[in-house]
Amino acid sequence: MLELVDVHKVYRVGTFGTGTVHAVRGVSFDVQPGEVVSLIGESGSGKSTIGRMVLRLANATSGSIRFDGTDVVSLRHRGLRDYYRHAQGVFQDPFSSYNPIFKVDRTFETLRRSYFPQDTGAAWDERVADAVHSVGLVPGEVLGKFPHQLSGGQLQRLLVARALLLDLRLLVADEIISMLDASTRIDVLNLLGDLKARGLGILFVTHDLSLGNYVSDKVVILHQGRVVERGPTAAVFADPRHPYTRTLLASVPQLDRRWEDVEAEEERRSAALGDECLYHARVDGADAHDLGLVEVAPGHLVGCFRDGADDACPGVRAPVAG
Amino acid sequence: MSLRVDDLAVHYRTTRGDVQALDGVTFEIADGEIMGVAGESGCGKTTLGKALIRLENRMKHVRGTVTLDGEKLPIADDRAMDPYRYRRISLIPQYAMSAMNPTRKIGRMIRELVTAKGVAYEDVRPELERRLRLVGLDEEVLGRYPIELSGGMKQRVVLVLATLLDPSLLIGDEVTSALDVTSQKAVARALVEFRDREFVRSVVVVTHDISVLYQMADTILVMYAGRLAEKASATTVIDQPLHPYTKMLVGALPKVGERYDDRRLTGIVGRPPSLLDPPGGCRFRDRCPLAMPRCEEQPPFLEVAPGHQVACWAVA
Repeated sequence: MLELVDVHKVYRVGTFGTGTVHAVRGVSFDVQPGEVVSLIGESGSGKSTIGRMVLRLANATSGSIRFDGTDVVSLRHRGLRDYYRHAQGVFQDPFSSYNPIFKVDRTFETLRRSYFPQDTGAAWDERVADAVHSVGLVPGEVLGKFPHQLSGGQLQRLLVARALLLDLRLLVADEIISMLDASTRIDVLNLLGDLKARGLGILFVTHDLSLGNYVSDKVVILHQGRVVERGPTAAVFADPRHPYTRTLLASVPQLDRRWEDVEAEEERRSAALGDECLYHARVDGADAHDLGLVEVAPGHLVGCFRDGADDACPGVRAPVAG
Repeated sequence: MSLRVDDLAVHYRTTRGDVQALDGVTFEIADGEIMGVAGESGCGKTTLGKALIRLENRMKHVRGTVTLDGEKLPIADDRAMDPYRYRRISLIPQYAMSAMNPTRKIGRMIRELVTAKGVAYEDVRPELERRLRLVGLDEEVLGRYPIELSGGMKQRVVLVLATLLDPSLLIGDEVTSALDVTSQKAVARALVEFRDREFVRSVVVVTHDISVLYQMADTILVMYAGRLAEKASATTVIDQPLHPYTKMLVGALPKVGERYDDRRLTGIVGRPPSLLDPPGGCRFRDRCPLAMPRCEEQPPFLEVAPGHQVACWAVA
């Protein structure tokens, strides 16, 4: 459904735009209907930039982003409007997504005016109520309220309800739970799971690995703008191969194991894996700064083991003579 | 006994009346203890941290006492508290790392701060450099501007600065929040190391992130709507919590490896009551699955096992 191929994003920086920051480097992955793909990375990894490019809030410098075969980058006016009927985004701060001086209902009204100008009255109200119901909220408890009267979780779910009023097929959820309290976070995550069951494709952008793991089918691990590892969630979490993924997993504060235990396990894994770069060991004549990935298990891909995108590859083990 | 808080109540003055943000909390922190304070936004955890060092203008001390190392603190008297601040009690406020003066190099900023407290920078500089190295920072950061450092580096600078005079108590408000997991771990580790090396005697870590507390804290205090719900060792709070609120809070967190398809976790329905005019009795009872008629009476914070206190009629 959504397919990214070799997407790059270069930002111009500095007073005269002379410097450049290569924020996204050769990223490829896809999102299918009924699938949650988690885009995981630390700050500066380019994960939000990718979400913004998918929503056309930023333009890719090169590469293609296709939605059902149509290049999203080339969409203009009407085409873009139609695209937004199917693809919507929800972002980190629910409070800044609403105008605090208006009731939350206004967010539905603006949508009606731009997409369904002929739908008015009771029929529309009923559709809104249905959408609010489908995100697990009681319309009577949330509609007609001001943003400050609702919790962050309720506001986030209302934004999802708004997107559902359209013919939604792809949802980009960028850190939508990082500002919520633990008690309501899980409700929003469960909602993503429910939407997935209804056939929606979801691109879930997050820095939190335990949350990324809870709902997602596939994960894409980003580091300094490049994909270092991707694959089925269970495979990547159970058997992380890239050193960066392993460090990341060993740093996650867990609730059933202390860091010391996780580190001991990680050391055993490192010893078993050795320090050989899996990518350069398998691809003959690959360029040192190659952005490609090799398949280490079905659907489980790993990139070069270098840390920074411009660093040197830690190398491959010399073949044993004889 | 390092810190003792007795029936402390602090309200916020607003035009609509007093917000009872902290309503009678009583607890103790032992020497060398790292105590985590957890709870949802608006539960009073930040107010508790602030009340121990400085009451803002709109904060009103209603009742209760704070005793540090056997000495009663004049918390309601802003001027009288001054000699204690930074030297005996130090605070890392929320967003401290973003509050550094962007026009000063780190070294000059620290010089100005310690000079304002009557300490000569040259006297503390060797120790400052030693501690920076201890948290993995080169002394060269002193010659850099805040914008040149990452969030994790800035937070470690703030930690070194806050504990430079070996305070008895350090209060860290959301010190590990808004950091990437690798930096979060480095900051948490540094904090534990500072306690181990006795740069600081005991620590209060205020955060909404219980999993970080499980990794670094000795004990966890769970707050709800301005009151204490439960206090126990970190392991007990996570593995064998008693208070229904703690149970639901911990139960709402997915563990790494736990999947939506296998076991669907649930959040806590409802919202905490308004603290402008909170209902009497247990404040959690509207959201509580164990609520019973007796809950209309406020439950005492009782010790149910050594080092394990709970405020709940149903389980205590």
